[in-house]
Amino acid sequence: MALRTVFSRRTLASLRSGLSSSVTPTGTRSLVTFSLPDLPYDYGALEPAISGEIMQLHHQKHHQTYVTNYNKALEQLEEASNKGDAPAVVKLQSAIKFNGGGHINHSIFWQNLAPVHEGGGEPPKGSLGWAIDEHFGSLEALVSKMNAEGAALQGSGWVWLGLDKELKKLVVDTTPNQDPLVTKGPLIPLIGIDVWEHAYYLQYKNVRPDYLKNIWKVISWKNASKNL
Amino acid sequence: MGWVSTHAHFLGNSGLLSSNDCASNLNLKTLLPPRLRSSRVRSGEARKVVAFHGLRRPPYKLDALEPYMSQKMVEMHWGEYQRAYVEGLNKQLEKNNILYGCTMDELVTVTYNNGNPLPEFNNAAQVWNHDFFWESMQPGGGDIPKQGLLQQIEKDFGSFLDFREQFIEAALSLFGSGWVWLVLKRQKKKLEVVKTSNAITPLVWDDIPILALDVWEHAYYPDYKNDRSSYVNAFLDHLVSWNVATGRMIRAEAFVNLGEPTIPVA
Repeated sequence: MALRTVFSRRTLASLRSGLSSSVTPTGTRSLVTFSLPDLPYDYGALEPAISGEIMQLHHQKHHQTYVTNYNKALEQLEEASNKGDAPAVVKLQSAIKFNGGGHINHSIFWQNLAPVHEGGGEPPKGSLGWAIDEHFGSLEALVSKMNAEGAALQGSGWVWLGLDKELKKLVVDTTPNQDPLVTKGPLIPLIGIDVWEHAYYLQYKNVRPDYLKNIWKVISWKNASKNL
Repeated sequence: MGWVSTHAHFLGNSGLLSSNDCASNLNLKTLLPPRLRSSRVRSGEARKVVAFHGLRRPPYKLDALEPYMSQKMVEMHWGEYQRAYVEGLNKQLEKNNILYGCTMDELVTVTYNNGNPLPEFNNAAQVWNHDFFWESMQPGGGDIPKQGLLQQIEKDFGSFLDFREQFIEAALSLFGSGWVWLVLKRQKKKLEVVKTSNAITPLVWDDIPILALDVWEHAYYPDYKNDRSSYVNAFLDHLVSWNVATGRMIRAEAFVNLGEPTIPVA
């Protein structure tokens, strides 16, 4: 029976820095599990762009469910791979991709939002600002592009501003469902916007373009620059 | 020119026409009388929006599904969300003479384009799916099917409870947006539970849908928030119309031979 130690992964940085699993005296690896990161602000802090009701449901219900199910899938994966059960391992991949992706994406999302009084909505400065002007012409052009792609996305997914590590350029891309940006190539996510209906429906109803227009008021370009 | 009401799922004809009939005549322009052909846009005149398809009303009042679906949510879902699909579709059809005259069923299969959907597919399929969904429910629904349909379900799933479990499991394991269907598979000649993503419908595989449940978040979020499980259970316990399903099944049996007739032994 594998021992389980629970690590709390509260920041994006530690998510990216890799996970260490301790080796017990019997030689079995212990499973690293995840927990819901705290928001760096109150649920109501992003109003009126995003309502407190949505933030609370989004964080406490949706993100928590992804974390719970991700941990469950990882446990099942460990069991299956210890038993050498290849079909079971492969069958678990979609649950891991979906729930793990959900955890990754939402962790990024909370960090790249900020209340107005903490810099939410302030335009990017420095190298990120220049890079945006170079690749897209202007910040407005980038925002229009992301809004257009976000609005056109069928069903559920995310719209991203990413940095292509190999080509050294900024790209706008979308991913379906909870696929993280890394599934689209060697891309570092700088800004991610959740366009699942649960992210805006209670406030904006079916008018996704209005949600996209307003969310820029609470996007933290400061955070995006950190990841550049 | 008026609008062409072409929905007829209940008594429809999706089995009779080949899917390319409506789109195969590329000379549609010559079929329209000259006056209508050139009447749509004249310089200086405001463009009229010509509605090819309408927003079909559900067969019950918008508050009839309370308390399992609030009137407010139905108004949002049908009146705003589905209406947007209808209007989007009509706008696209304005620019496309080839698709003029297609029934909804034909539009869905033609624009699916064997897996490389045309831009019209999303709107057409979602209009079709939502019409089918509203008609799959009734006030005072739920309970279990009777006689022939119940027998077929028991034959293909083992028991009604097994079907119910499978249906719920499909709804809860569907990642993202999509639909859950009870469908009659033409080739296999049996009923199955199928889940599809986004706007896909079993029509595109030439199967015959019997029931549909919308599990896009907009379908349940206002009333149930993220509790998809309660929504699916409410659908099965209180909303699903087995009457409609039976009617669809009877019609489907005209196209699919479901089994050997019992021939009495002399």
